[in-house]
Parts: sequence; structure tokens; C-alpha cells
Amino acid sequence: MINKLVNTTKEAVSGIFDGATIMIGGFGEAGSPIELIHALIDQGAKNLTIVSNNTGSGEVGLAALIAHKRVKKMICSFPRTANSTVFPDLYKKSEIALELVPQGTLAERIRAGGAGIPAFFTPTSVGTPLEEGKEKRIFDRVTYVMEKAIKADFAFVKAKAADRYGNLIYNKTARNFGPVMCTAAKTTIVQVQQFVEPGELDPECIVTPGIFVERVLIVKNPVDESKLVAENRRYPW
Amino acid sequence: MVEKVEIQGWEIDEMAKKVAFDIPDGAYVNLGIGIPEKVAGFVPEGREVIYHTENGLLGMGDSPEKGQEDPELINAGKKAVTAIPGASYFHHADSFTMIRGKHIDICVLGALQVAENGDLANWSTGEPGAIPAVGGAMDLVAGVKTIYVITRHNTKTGKSKIVKECSYPLTGKGVVSRIYSNLAIIDVTKNGLVVRELAAGVSFDYLQSRTEARLYQ
Repeated sequence: MINKLVNTTKEAVSGIFDGATIMIGGFGEAGSPIELIHALIDQGAKNLTIVSNNTGSGEVGLAALIAHKRVKKMICSFPRTANSTVFPDLYKKSEIALELVPQGTLAERIRAGGAGIPAFFTPTSVGTPLEEGKEKRIFDRVTYVMEKAIKADFAFVKAKAADRYGNLIYNKTARNFGPVMCTAAKTTIVQVQQFVEPGELDPECIVTPGIFVERVLIVKNPVDESKLVAENRRYPW
Repeated sequence: MVEKVEIQGWEIDEMAKKVAFDIPDGAYVNLGIGIPEKVAGFVPEGREVIYHTENGLLGMGDSPEKGQEDPELINAGKKAVTAIPGASYFHHADSFTMIRGKHIDICVLGALQVAENGDLANWSTGEPGAIPAVGGAMDLVAGVKTIYVITRHNTKTGKSKIVKECSYPLTGKGVVSRIYSNLAIIDVTKNGLVVRELAAGVSFDYLQSRTEARLYQ
């Protein structure tokens, strides 16, 4: 019988090794799988490469993981936001590496990684400093740069509901990178608020088919990142 | 020497209104963070415009009422928004398919500099030590059919933002179609920067004196 449900946060993040590449969903706090990130801090893996749009806020979630010096490199499009100080401080001290990727290119590199496409051509970044070192080709008189797929050892994704097959639906703009990240990691770990019986999710409305998901953890009441940041909370509590 | 009096021209709301007037009924539009967001407040009566926000919502509505904010319903500036009836949510690869695939009609962006050939710099001043952050700006200018820039004509220190050549790192080459500044509306054409409309009290000569790039009437 297939049952992807795991019972503890510890089990959810088991097997994550030093030097792993991990994709972490979320656009700002929307869709950020904070409970899984905190479980990873407890688990202890280090020298990680993290693929995520931002670098977290305050000292919780992704920012806490970075503050604990577990991350050697960030691959992201926007490494600073209003309440983001952890990454900028380490970056200025050259204690963390950054690969800056335009947001749409980041999404497509992940999509390609999950779809078995090793590279693709895009007009984004042509004529800008971010084209540096990239192969160029002209198609129909337009110049494109080649971008390579990104794959990961693990993906952490937050969704609204799952069944035991790992079928997922999401919540509003918290969907963001989740569906593409699920496809591009060897082991995709999802935290959901609701766990339902097979058949309860309308097959017409399932966003991520279960084949892309390995582990499902129920987090009924996920924390609200902006509230924690406003209260100056830090993980570990 | 005669001291030059600085003319204020249009207020930001008036600039936003000018942009909104040039967006046709039925357009799919992406508004950049900050001043461009104001455009949504000035759509003329009788026109329906659908707003796209690249974090994954087509059919973005107004800001929610206080207390009704949902941290999982936000725009690209990470501010709480609402979704109109008929809105749709989608993941990032689909969202940038809309952008890169030339499905979005108009994008309104802010600028650090615009060059006379339509080059745009709006993501970095290239200062050493600054944390580079680009977000979706490069995808938007590479993919959206028409790029409008809304910006103050000059910097706080009086420098022209409309230049012969951008000194800041580019967001895209030859991508801007039209500039809405507090002093004028300017089209970027094959033959250079052509002034379409001057703000009240602004003469062509005054505008040229405030602009590094060559302007045409």
C-alpha cells in the first residue's frame, strides 16, 4: 500500500545529508514551509545549497537556517526584503555565496530540472550583467542565453491539503514555486494543513499529482512568519 | 547668471492617471512595485483591466480592508491584496510563461535610468558591496509586449534619469516604449525620444534643459 504520510517532523527530514541541495518553496512568507525548515535546523545538516526565491525574514524559518551557518550557497532572485538582515550580513562578510537568478529563469530552470530538460534558451538577462558566462544563440533574429536546469536532492514545500498518495492542492499565492519544486527533487517533502482520504481531492483540481511527492507531514496550524518576526522571535525558541 | 526655477509638473497621482488613460479596455497588465501600483486606482470608467502579479495571481483586486489581510494572498511587493471574482492562481513557471511568452500586454515599471534607445536600468546602482537583487524585472522587460516607465524626471540631486546611455547595470536592452515623468510623456522611437505631451508650465526648452538625452518635438 502506498502511504506517504510521515508521523513526526524528525521523520520528515530524516536522511538529509551534509552538502545536499534543497529547494525551499515560498515567495516571502507565502508558502514558506517554516516547520520543515525548523526541523532541518534541529536535524543538523550543513554545507547546504538552498534554492529559494528569497532569504527569509527576521531569525525564523530560512533566515534562521542561514543564521545557524548551515547554508554555504543561496540560489535566489531576491536575497533581501524589508526584514531580511541575516543573509546580507553574511554576504558582506563573504561567509555565504550567492547565485543571483532572474525570478522567471529560476522558475523555468527548476521546471526544466523536473521535466528532464537539461537546458533551455531565454531572452531574459540578454544585454545585462547577468548574461555573463552564458552561451548565446540567435533564433529568428532574437538573441537568447542558455540556462541550465536545476535539480535538487530534497524539496521542502508547503501545501494546503494532501492524501496518502501525495496528491496536493495549494492555498492562493502560497502556491508559487511549490509545484515546480516538487518535480525537481529526488525527495520531495511537503507540509500540509489537511490530510484527506483518496478521492476527496477532485482529480480535476489536483495541482501536484502524487508521483512528485515522497513524504507528507501534517502541520495543522503552521506559524505565521510575519507575526514571529514582529515579535522578534528566534528559532530555536 | 539667472537662477533656474525648478518646475514640479505633474504630481505622482496625475502621472499615474496619464498611464491609466493609455491602457486599453481588456488589457492584461503587470504593475511594478511602488509608484506603478498607483495606476490601478485611475482606470477610466467603462474599462476593464486585468492585473497580473508575477507571484501567481491573475485578477488581482484592491488592498483588503484592515483586519482582512491574508498572508497567503499577496502581490509581488509582498503586500496583502485581494482576488477579484474570476481570478486564477498558478505556479511560478506558468506565471512567467504569461510574461516571457508575450501574453501580458503592458507592464508599468519604475526606473533608475532610461536611455534614448530604450535601455532600462532599474534593479541595481552597481555599488560595490550592495546586495544584488533582481526579482522578476528582467523577465518582465524581456517578455511583456509593451513596457511603460513611470518615474520622476530627475533624481533628488537633479540628475537626469533620461540619459544618452545608462551608467547603471541594465535590466534590458531597448525595451522601453514610453516614459511618463512629472514633466512630460515621451515616446521611445527608432528616431529617438519624441515628446508627446508636456506638463503644465513646462516648455520644450525647459524639458531639454532637464534632460541629458536629446529630445525631439
